[in-house]
Amino acid sequence: MILDAKIPAGPLAEKWDKHKFEMKLVNPANRRKYKIIVVGTGLAGGAAAASLAEQGYNVEAFTYNDSSRRAHSIAAQGGINAAKNYPNDGDSIYRLFYDTIKGGDFRAREANVYRLAQVSNNIIDQCVAQGVPFAREYGGLLDNRSFGGAQVSRTFYARGQTGQQLLLGAYSALCRQVGLGTVKMHTRKELEDIVIINDQCRGIITRDLVSGKIESHSADVVILATGGYGNVFYLSTNALACNVTATYKAYKKGAGFANPCFTQIHPTCIPVAGDHQSKLTLMSESLRNDGRIWVPKSRDDKRPPNQIPEEERDYYLERKYPSFGNLSPRDISSRAAKEACDDGRGVAASGYGVYLDFADAIKRLGKDKIEERYGNLFEMYERITNDDPYTTPMMIYPASHYTMGGIWVDYNLMSTIKGLYVGGEANFSDHGANRLGASALMQGLSDGYFVLPSTIPHYLASNGPFEKVDTSHPEFKKAEGEVQDKMNKIMSIKGTKTPSQLHKELGNVMWEYCGMARNEAGLKKALELIPQIREEFWKNVNVPGESNDLNVALERASRTADFLEFAEVMVYDALERDESCGSHFRTEHQYPDGEAMRNDEEYAHVAVWEHNGVGKKPIRHKEELNYENVKFAVRSYK
Amino acid sequence: MKLTLMIWRQECCKKDGKMEKYFLDNVEEEMSFLEMLDVLNERLILEGKDPIAFDHDCREGICGACSLVINGVPHGHHKGTTTCQLHMRKFKDGDTIYVEPFRNKAFPVIKDLVVDRTAYDRIMNSGGFVSINTGNPKDANSLPISKINADLAMDAAACIGCGACASSCPNGSAMLFVAAKVSQFALLPQGQPERTKRALAMVRTMDEEGFGNCTNMYECEAACPKNISVRFIARLNREYIRARLSEEKKI
Repeated sequence: MILDAKIPAGPLAEKWDKHKFEMKLVNPANRRKYKIIVVGTGLAGGAAAASLAEQGYNVEAFTYNDSSRRAHSIAAQGGINAAKNYPNDGDSIYRLFYDTIKGGDFRAREANVYRLAQVSNNIIDQCVAQGVPFAREYGGLLDNRSFGGAQVSRTFYARGQTGQQLLLGAYSALCRQVGLGTVKMHTRKELEDIVIINDQCRGIITRDLVSGKIESHSADVVILATGGYGNVFYLSTNALACNVTATYKAYKKGAGFANPCFTQIHPTCIPVAGDHQSKLTLMSESLRNDGRIWVPKSRDDKRPPNQIPEEERDYYLERKYPSFGNLSPRDISSRAAKEACDDGRGVAASGYGVYLDFADAIKRLGKDKIEERYGNLFEMYERITNDDPYTTPMMIYPASHYTMGGIWVDYNLMSTIKGLYVGGEANFSDHGANRLGASALMQGLSDGYFVLPSTIPHYLASNGPFEKVDTSHPEFKKAEGEVQDKMNKIMSIKGTKTPSQLHKELGNVMWEYCGMARNEAGLKKALELIPQIREEFWKNVNVPGESNDLNVALERASRTADFLEFAEVMVYDALERDESCGSHFRTEHQYPDGEAMRNDEEYAHVAVWEHNGVGKKPIRHKEELNYENVKFAVRSYK
Repeated sequence: MKLTLMIWRQECCKKDGKMEKYFLDNVEEEMSFLEMLDVLNERLILEGKDPIAFDHDCREGICGACSLVINGVPHGHHKGTTTCQLHMRKFKDGDTIYVEPFRNKAFPVIKDLVVDRTAYDRIMNSGGFVSINTGNPKDANSLPISKINADLAMDAAACIGCGACASSCPNGSAMLFVAAKVSQFALLPQGQPERTKRALAMVRTMDEEGFGNCTNMYECEAACPKNISVRFIARLNREYIRARLSEEKKI
């Protein structure tokens, strides 16, 4: 596997502009001759589909939802970062770049991150021009707030539903193109495989979720913007349908999978209530602007929170990280919560919860101000828990939220498969070992609006026009057959366990051994357990009904089958990365105070995995990370 | 708690559906309504029966995928709440709960509780946008917008496109949905150039899709999980009249 990141030469700040100028263009009259398939219609996919169609390409977009507006980008709450420096508090493109590199614990590519910081400002301009109703001050200008891992206020927001508003912006741009007939939209169709002809990705296989029909679609370029794999833990803040199938199928067809063990555990989610739990709900990181996190100082303190006096509370983030306090980065805050709960000082019925308290903020700012900032989040919390956060502290606990790992891509966002591009959470590119808050929306839109629409024309101009390929090609028929066989096999088992039960068993193993803290023995244990669950799946799963029908159990089973193979790759990655960095915390590697200890000598690289057969250890490749502008430093938020 | 569930089962749009009865024990009050249905579905799968199909995804009340008419009310009786955020503590031991798909001529049933809401997308395709290509727009702060208008636009933009409004309306009207989008852009300077065209196009498409007209019953506002106000319908009416008048002036 050749890993050429194709980072343009020249000074960091000039790379992207220079590259944009040097890239080849496609004549406007020739653009409609090229067909581009976009899988996923979230921020990255929706924005890319709309932007490429605006340029004149022939675009087809796919989503498994009933509408492109349902993509899970919609659930992002808190905000989107940009280096506008409107508050004049010392922000700059370089600072956003540096914060992101540091936040990612020095495991991200410099050039990509710098481009992200540069483009961040265009994103805000673009979204405002689309009519996205960002929060404003009385003077009519845009308001900002702060997020974890930053000491400036650079986060733009639309109440507690920024993701929704940005997604609806991209969705409306996409609607416009669908209305103009330049984008063909396919809803309720799930990607089941990609098709490679002459070493080039030339199309996809989908399953129509209503009719069960397996269909082929050919193209000149395929973009995967299919999100992350956080549901490998079963319980996560992801939507229920989020899955790894698209990226895993690309991996099986030869795309390198980068840093799969970098999975973000978000510190502020509503704790698990019982066995029936189907998902976990995030409470936006923005709440940490005004909420204070604490647990009782004493292990046996079972008093209700408002009866515990100030001096008997441990505001552990403020104590351990005085400069960043409650706005310490996600990985650090999550581990600190786990530490407090493992120490027996956790709250909630299960003992796995900590308080997020707004009493001081309400006293300082008044209830109205807090309601204006977080009203919808407080309401959501009240609905789920039946507690009123205006009068009693919220209870929160970390949960799987985002995956920094993903398909390896070069600077142009092309995978190791020619013609297969990957954007948004589905790629690995910008966040290193930990993503900072309000950066996911930024990356999704950067890839979708600005990067892919610039780099794909260059690919087409340099390599096209391509030999015509249609869906009667034997490779399409072969792939269709394989997908149909998989469905038939699942349908034929008629065992005694439901797909969800088996998914949950996998999730428990992953959370226990490959979750917030990992060690060699546990990871090796996971490598024994995962194949057992997988084997049981293929012997004992029960999917009633027919495959040529809307079959919710079959959808779940098919996704679970892929998680059961992918999970092993993730564990191998965690095992072989014998250091702690960002979200990847190996208990063997920590400083005496419990902070993550990196090993830059041996692990300042991207680990890229090449498929080598199911159940076999994949092959590990490396892309060395060369830091020309930033110096390695111990990541301190004290 | 123990519940009796009367659930709409329908193989596909071409076949007739009917209510089927299910009994469920051990429902916990912390469960969401959809988690309660998950429990029932797990049991059905183990019995080798076809699980109940229903739309859902984020389960955080924001994607708009979940639907269901619960005891006659879209998203159930708990005001300002999507089905996925409705919790079982709102029900009592021994209750009988009726669960049906969203009902509207423009939302044909696909299977069981799943309906086709692409009519809303087609309304959006006809004008629910500001025509601006990705490129180099001017600096975001070069266009100050009064906070009052920005906040009001945000109130309208909070619509999740679930279809509860059209499902609750006795006339099957989608006015609240259309009003929310038309109002968001009418309130913002970015929406001005296409203000007339948008109002006309979206209302026309709404009619073509088979949605009814508004007669001010306000059922939509009562059912809306995002509490979108019917005042936006008044604004839509004004936008529409204004558009019709200015359109006629051109002739």
